Amino acid sequence: MLNGTTAEIAERKALRINAAKTCQPIGAMYASLGIHGCMPHSHGSQGCCSYHRSHLTRHFKEPVIATTSSFTEGASVFGGLANLTQALRNIFTIYNPDIVAVHTTCLSEVIGDDIPTIVKRAREEGAIPEGKLVIHTNTPSFVGSHVTGFSNMVASIIKYLAEKTGEARNQVNVIPGFVEPADMREIKRICALLGVPAVVLPDTSAVLDGPLDGEYQMYPKGGTTIPAIKSMGDSLATFALGHFASHGPAVSLEVKHQVPAGLLELPIGVAATDAFVQALRAYSPSGVAEELETERGRLVDMMSDMQQYFHEKRVAVAGDPDHVIALVQFLLELGAKPVYAITGSRGNHFETRLHEILDPVVPDAIIKQSADFFELHQWIKNGPVDLLVANTYGKHIARVENIPFVRVGFPILDRVGHRFYPTVGYAGAIRLIDLMVNALFDKKDRECPEEWFELVM
Amino acid sequence: MSDISDPTLDGSSSTSGPGSAPPDPNAARDEMLKIYPDKTRRKRAKQLLVNDDPEKPAEIGANSRTIPGIITQRGCTYAGCRGVVIGPMHDVLHITHGPIGCSFYSWQTRRNLARPAPGQINYLQYSMTTDMTEEEIIFGGEKKLAAAIREAYRIFKPKAIAVYATCPVGLIGDDIHTVCRQAKAELGINIFGFSCEGYKGVSQSAGHHIANNGVFKHMVGLNDTPDAGEFRINILGEYNIGGDAWEIDTLLRKCGIHVTATLSGDISYEQVTRCHTADLNVVQCHRSINYMADMMETKFGIPWIKVNFIGASSTAKSLRKIARYFESKKLADRVEEVIAQEMAALRPVQEEARKRCQGKTAALFVGGSRAHHYQDLFRDIGMTTIAAGYEFAHRDDYEGRKVLPTIKVDADSRNIEEIEVEPDPTRFRPRKTAEQNAALEAGGFSYRDYEGMMREMKKGSLVIDDISHHEIEKLIELYKPDVIGSGIKEKFVIEKMGVPCKQLHSYDYGGPYAAFTGAANFYREIDRMVNTKVWKLVTPPWKREPQVPPRLVYQPKANREELAEATKTWKAPSKAGADE
Repeated sequence: MLNGTTAEIAERKALRINAAKTCQPIGAMYASLGIHGCMPHSHGSQGCCSYHRSHLTRHFKEPVIATTSSFTEGASVFGGLANLTQALRNIFTIYNPDIVAVHTTCLSEVIGDDIPTIVKRAREEGAIPEGKLVIHTNTPSFVGSHVTGFSNMVASIIKYLAEKTGEARNQVNVIPGFVEPADMREIKRICALLGVPAVVLPDTSAVLDGPLDGEYQMYPKGGTTIPAIKSMGDSLATFALGHFASHGPAVSLEVKHQVPAGLLELPIGVAATDAFVQALRAYSPSGVAEELETERGRLVDMMSDMQQYFHEKRVAVAGDPDHVIALVQFLLELGAKPVYAITGSRGNHFETRLHEILDPVVPDAIIKQSADFFELHQWIKNGPVDLLVANTYGKHIARVENIPFVRVGFPILDRVGHRFYPTVGYAGAIRLIDLMVNALFDKKDRECPEEWFELVM
Repeated sequence: MSDISDPTLDGSSSTSGPGSAPPDPNAARDEMLKIYPDKTRRKRAKQLLVNDDPEKPAEIGANSRTIPGIITQRGCTYAGCRGVVIGPMHDVLHITHGPIGCSFYSWQTRRNLARPAPGQINYLQYSMTTDMTEEEIIFGGEKKLAAAIREAYRIFKPKAIAVYATCPVGLIGDDIHTVCRQAKAELGINIFGFSCEGYKGVSQSAGHHIANNGVFKHMVGLNDTPDAGEFRINILGEYNIGGDAWEIDTLLRKCGIHVTATLSGDISYEQVTRCHTADLNVVQCHRSINYMADMMETKFGIPWIKVNFIGASSTAKSLRKIARYFESKKLADRVEEVIAQEMAALRPVQEEARKRCQGKTAALFVGGSRAHHYQDLFRDIGMTTIAAGYEFAHRDDYEGRKVLPTIKVDADSRNIEEIEVEPDPTRFRPRKTAEQNAALEAGGFSYRDYEGMMREMKKGSLVIDDISHHEIEKLIELYKPDVIGSGIKEKFVIEKMGVPCKQLHSYDYGGPYAAFTGAANFYREIDRMVNTKVWKLVTPPWKREPQVPPRLVYQPKANREELAEATKTWKAPSKAGADE
């Protein structure tokens, strides 16, 4: 397996091998699914929509709906006006969403389709019924990554919909980042435990983790409602979790409606969750609920119990930039040694921030933006690790190098649980320890000499 | 919606058994079309037919543009070319020229399994791309592509490199073919490109055609060394999803038939280069590879026949057809022996599944051949396919190849190159004499024969090309099929409605389902799916019984008193006793 990968590292400038990112539109599609009653629409060739829906479905094991402009060669030459207009007419007639969220693709971006103009004309032609909304975002696949696409869509939702009435509302906004439905649910629970009313945007809980009850709902119960999104301009503050996925939209809301933006990192691990809780406390009428404090205590208890197994363990972390930044800090809290930290996405903040975190404690750690699984594998061949934390695409490396492997992030195509159990918050950290320490234990149990095979660990 | 809240159901969601009449197909069709805006309805009406006369299939609107805004199953040309036809070639290094997504999504997502020779790099485990950025979009990506090819060669030293164009490549005008030609001259290995931009054609189908052309031009015929062995054939249009090609291979080997190459399941570069040395092409998936079969016949004189290794009776029929072609009594006898052996093993499994599946119904919406082929497997266990349709097939796949001369070539198809093929001056070799062929055909044997799906479907069944999400919902509401065969995008929509859905692209990560041994797997799988008890758990008891259960009241009972007594009689042993 992967026997073309050797320890000898040759410089590559043009060839990407085994990417640790994908393209913008899938992130925009995921974000759109977090609006209640929304039909995501992919303006481009139908293959994009098909690939994105397929991949999201493989990850969530849930229906993922979206429509496409189904460009053919003609549309690619003459522009997508006719296709998008016809698409909107069909979508509202057949599928009747409250809102359509259009994102572009490399095809429509290269052609230079002007979506607002097309939508305006479609409305004039009666393709969009009264009271229905159409918003858009630009997501050229040749810029950024799926995280950028997510961020762009969230920013556009806010730009299009958030309003300021001048009357402040006793609520905060939370932009949770490109995280699982379970994480969004957990973030809402934490807010509730502090008594802070919160608008979480987007919110894919109860959209992509729906029950089987015999009824198919094209627009499930979940998702941030349009009135809630509109009210975001009147909120007391916005907390944006993660530089790459969430800070941009929060800042745009601050600029537009002067809602102060609190720029945090993903609340993975103790300190990062503490930071989120601390930020919420300022808006909490009741303070931190005992339930949450006890949960934190249970997490610290587990860390104390298990720290011997993490101490000095060399870990490789690959994934989306906000996740990697947060996971590295949590691994340090556990006493582990993150030696490689990569993301496929671009952005200097990734390297700057991780150097700030790792230089004092793991000075020889390799940190790289715009990296891929192939080079991570080569580094591992040169300096082995005890644990690999990555999305599903790390599984070949884990197998061939025999490394305990924990799947975190997007996409996870070959395991279950990620959409039910959060990795954010104190509860999420407990789950992560569970996954990581058991992966280490499983390897020991499988491989240790018989005289070292122990019943109690 | 499926009526699965009914507690009396025995684990099946079907109400289509005896007692409830199936809906009138014309009324069902009207119901499906009703919601559409006029223009959309007119177009969909041509693609949604009632199979009124299976003997004379009606003309279906197929291989036409997908209507924008319709939730479709279809993908793109790139997916058909790189993903389906060439993707499975395991020792060819594949580079996608474009932004990151296209190569990412086509990275091991089709289950075309491969076992390269020991030591050989399996390029299917790698996803390589030029990861185009804004700079290349503005200034052109040819230089980056050339550099990527060089880097790939330096690191991996492959035998051949295939390059695939994605949407923006065509728009910005990168000439991938010139880049490939230059790289080929520079590096001395075979390097070739495919202009399979996603927007070409109307579906994956255009990509199949482009792939066929490229493989034929750049690979087939490069090595004239024939395999040793008798009865040499190629299997065209078999992609080894879930190990199907291995099952077929094993079966053919038992019969004494030698497979030179399977295009393109678990195939090596070298096998492609000398597949023209075989003596017969058998076509499994007609849609994706009939072009190759025709071109090989014209250039090298290899005739082709349609086969189907999905389903027991179809597999037997296909083996007999191959034996007949070779006109060898030894082979024909051996084939009969093998069929008898395989059927003896399969029959008990078939009968066991049939006990629980007989009379149930299926609907199949997938691919360019599977929606047809899989009907045989369902038939084997007594199930009827009440509706079926392809995702990206053409009229001939529905109505049979007889309609080929009458198919109008529209603008979208005209964009796909038709390559002119001439008989090879030295290597064209008819495998049979005209007399032999005439004798064979007089005996009922036919070449280039594909009758299509509709002839084999029951009168009154629905035939739906490029089915939409809305039509699937309506179909379930009206017909309540016991199982639907479809793809990943539809699977969970269908299952939320209480109908099990079998993915027939990826086999739900199961399989193989081909040949007799695969058929056994499929019978067991469908038996499990249509008889699973999970649907019985869907409705909680408080939904079934709206009245609140009575509260508990104190009721003295003998055994309760006994239990209470038992807790009293245990006494801790005395300290003195414990010390002894």
